[in-house]
Amino acid sequence: MNLKKRILIAVCAILVITLILSFLQLLVVPKYRSNPEGAMIGEYYDQAGGHDVIFVGDCEVYESIVPATLWEEYGISSYVRGSAQQLVWQSYYLLEETFRYEKPRAVVFNVLALKYGTPQSEAFNRMTLDGMKWSTSKWKAIQASMTEEEHFLDYVFPLLRFHSRITQLTAEDFQYAFDAPAVSQSGYLMQTNIVPMTEAEEEGRTLSDYTLPESAMNYLEQMRLLCEKNGAELILMKAPTNSWAYWWYEEWEEQICTYAEEKNLSYYNFIPLCEEIGIDWNTDTYDAGVHLNVYGAEKLSRYFGALLQSAHHIPDRRSEAETSARWQERMDAYRKQKIQLEKE
Amino acid sequence: MRFTSYEFLGFLVLLFPLYYLVPKKWQWGVLLAASYLFYAFAGWDCILFILLTTLSSYGVACWIGWRASAEETYLACHREEMDKERRKAYKAKEKKRRFHILLLGLVFNFGILAVLKYTGFAMSGFNQILNVIGQGTLEIPDLLLPMGISFYTFQTMGYLIDVYRAKTKVERNPARLALFTAFFPQLVQGPISRHSDLAEQLYMPHSFDRKEFIFGLQRILWGYFKKLVIADRILIAMKTLLADPEEYRGGYVVMLILLYSVEIYADFTGGIDITIGIAQALGMKLRENFNRPFSSHSTKEYWNRWHITMGSWFTDYVFYPLSVCKPMMKLSKWSRAHLGNSLGKRVPVYLATTVTWFLTGLWHGAGANFIVWGLLNCLVILVSQELEPLYARFRRRFPNLSSSNGYGKFMAVRTFLLMGLIRSLDCYRNVGTTFRLWGSMLTVWNWGELPKGMLRLGLGVADYVIILGGCLIMASVSVMSAKRGLRERLYQHPVLSWVLCGGLLIAVLLLGAYGIGYDASQFIYDQF
Repeated sequence: MNLKKRILIAVCAILVITLILSFLQLLVVPKYRSNPEGAMIGEYYDQAGGHDVIFVGDCEVYESIVPATLWEEYGISSYVRGSAQQLVWQSYYLLEETFRYEKPRAVVFNVLALKYGTPQSEAFNRMTLDGMKWSTSKWKAIQASMTEEEHFLDYVFPLLRFHSRITQLTAEDFQYAFDAPAVSQSGYLMQTNIVPMTEAEEEGRTLSDYTLPESAMNYLEQMRLLCEKNGAELILMKAPTNSWAYWWYEEWEEQICTYAEEKNLSYYNFIPLCEEIGIDWNTDTYDAGVHLNVYGAEKLSRYFGALLQSAHHIPDRRSEAETSARWQERMDAYRKQKIQLEKE
Repeated sequence: MRFTSYEFLGFLVLLFPLYYLVPKKWQWGVLLAASYLFYAFAGWDCILFILLTTLSSYGVACWIGWRASAEETYLACHREEMDKERRKAYKAKEKKRRFHILLLGLVFNFGILAVLKYTGFAMSGFNQILNVIGQGTLEIPDLLLPMGISFYTFQTMGYLIDVYRAKTKVERNPARLALFTAFFPQLVQGPISRHSDLAEQLYMPHSFDRKEFIFGLQRILWGYFKKLVIADRILIAMKTLLADPEEYRGGYVVMLILLYSVEIYADFTGGIDITIGIAQALGMKLRENFNRPFSSHSTKEYWNRWHITMGSWFTDYVFYPLSVCKPMMKLSKWSRAHLGNSLGKRVPVYLATTVTWFLTGLWHGAGANFIVWGLLNCLVILVSQELEPLYARFRRRFPNLSSSNGYGKFMAVRTFLLMGLIRSLDCYRNVGTTFRLWGSMLTVWNWGELPKGMLRLGLGVADYVIILGGCLIMASVSVMSAKRGLRERLYQHPVLSWVLCGGLLIAVLLLGAYGIGYDASQFIYDQF
């Protein structure tokens, strides 16, 4: 057999093998249907552009801020780029990427993630990073986030990480291999269950050191500079919660207040404002005080929306036909999902 | 840098083109640099030890070579004035001198190995004695054990002995000897090459040979299949079984023996396939280390087919010299005189065999279990040898049965199980526990719970199906390889060849037990 023919066969074979591996990769990567927290980051790209406010941060953001309410009440066009245990550098790189798609007027960052200064968990890293499109931001986010057991190549070829799922595939993996419906509403993950907080937790467990990690604070500073460079105002927030796991200490509060004051940033801690917002921990939480459910999140969004408009001059876009039409679709989807979840 | 790491694959991807693109005279230099880079990943302090072995061996070999040429020159110059007797006496004196130089090299290098590998074992034994006499215990130092020290020490000492025996020429370039000592593919788990086989291949220029390169890559892929799909998947169950041996008795011990037999075979032969494949892709041919060991009809045959290079090393450098050394000759004479010809002639052979197997056990690891493992192998071989007349009578009495295919299979299964049983000493790492668990195979009758119990070892039904499928593929390839030219024939059918290699690649990537959630472990023979 001559060399030309051998080369032709080799090229065809490599193509076929690549195709098969690509298909298998689509099949084995997690689809995040029963645990949708890993699917939200990737949903942004379908709706990227035209937002005045971008929210970044961990679960406290995507469970507390309802862009649909902000639109409905104030005509604020916003999106939540939150994910489970999103670390501050992940928020930074997500924001860096977001600025390539759009130029929001304000960026709101939830400060709870500042308690982490080092990579934490592979599972949460995956939930944030796998959904990102490939860019230098994703590259840097991966490098900054990897735990010791992780390898960069596993992010480039997720098959190398998730191959073991081949023996655990379900119908869901085949159904959503190529296309999956959105699980979030403009980045908000709706929860309609009500699990009341039975016992108020008075204080968090004692820490040996209350200093927020330097690396985390450095990323916050970088985030501020990034916003400044892109003409966006950085606003800091702390979502209301009342649990051990998400305890917010006085010492942390002081550090954030000092930083915000030094850098002339607005900072809203909603924990002491719960009563004013109208949050009822018996009805507005789906997990006994850890996170807000949709009823609590709507209340908070109404409150925050007023602040955004009055103190930060975020415009009302309801009179703009194109934006309004786009948001009408999102509102319909939001209402439909709420009714559906309430029925379930 | 493990063979199973992404870094190693990246290392190969860079090395192969570099090796063939540099001027041919620099190829061995590239290999030397690559080998030391590979070794540096195991720790810079390890390099010190391999350098010590290289430099000391270089010095000793040159010294022996210099004495040998001095002897030749002297004899040539004094040919006229020396009679036969004087020449013989001079040669004997020189040989003794060279032997002392050799001994210096051997003691120094085996000394390093002994100190680093066996100090802990010796001191724990010593501590037990101190305990008995109530003298407290000594602190056991945590010594560094450089990667592949057993393999490179044995390979280099083989070279020294061959130089002494004038079976190979002295390497005058220390950098070349450094490459022979540290050639990276075989550093991890052998094969233990002979200088006369490997050295020339390492130093000679190699042109890119497409066919050999493809064959090399195919062999590497095959090695990864065995290691990642079969061995490392079985490892999950092995870890559970060994975490609490007393919990898994009776039928589980049998399962452990079977699983470990397959695991160590897939692990070790997989590693050797990767090693030989890399060498082949670089244009070199290393000695095969396995020849279908599980088809052996006897323990002796098994050891001629399993870890062949180690077996032949011990035969050539321990057993034969020991059998013909002066004290052994004296013992032979004495035993024949006192015990009769039949029994007397056996004594030195048995003694040499026992010593060889004792050292083989010790080579595998610093532990009583390894020594017992070696001695049990020795016992089985010697008993088989003693029973040989009985077997011969059986074969004469039942010629049809003994030459039948079924009887051959029976002997292969028997040898497989016997070797597996002895090999379990290597798993439990404790002689008492092993013997107790062997006993439990007869006393604890828990076969009924095995089907459910096997699913509690960390493996699911799908895992066992993968293992079984992998074993079937491995056995089929083994049988087909026995008929010569499997890859040659495949080379003539590139489409089929690509289908098989593509399938293998997909199987490795998809079914391999690697990455997070698995412990794609080191190769088992790394630790030896």
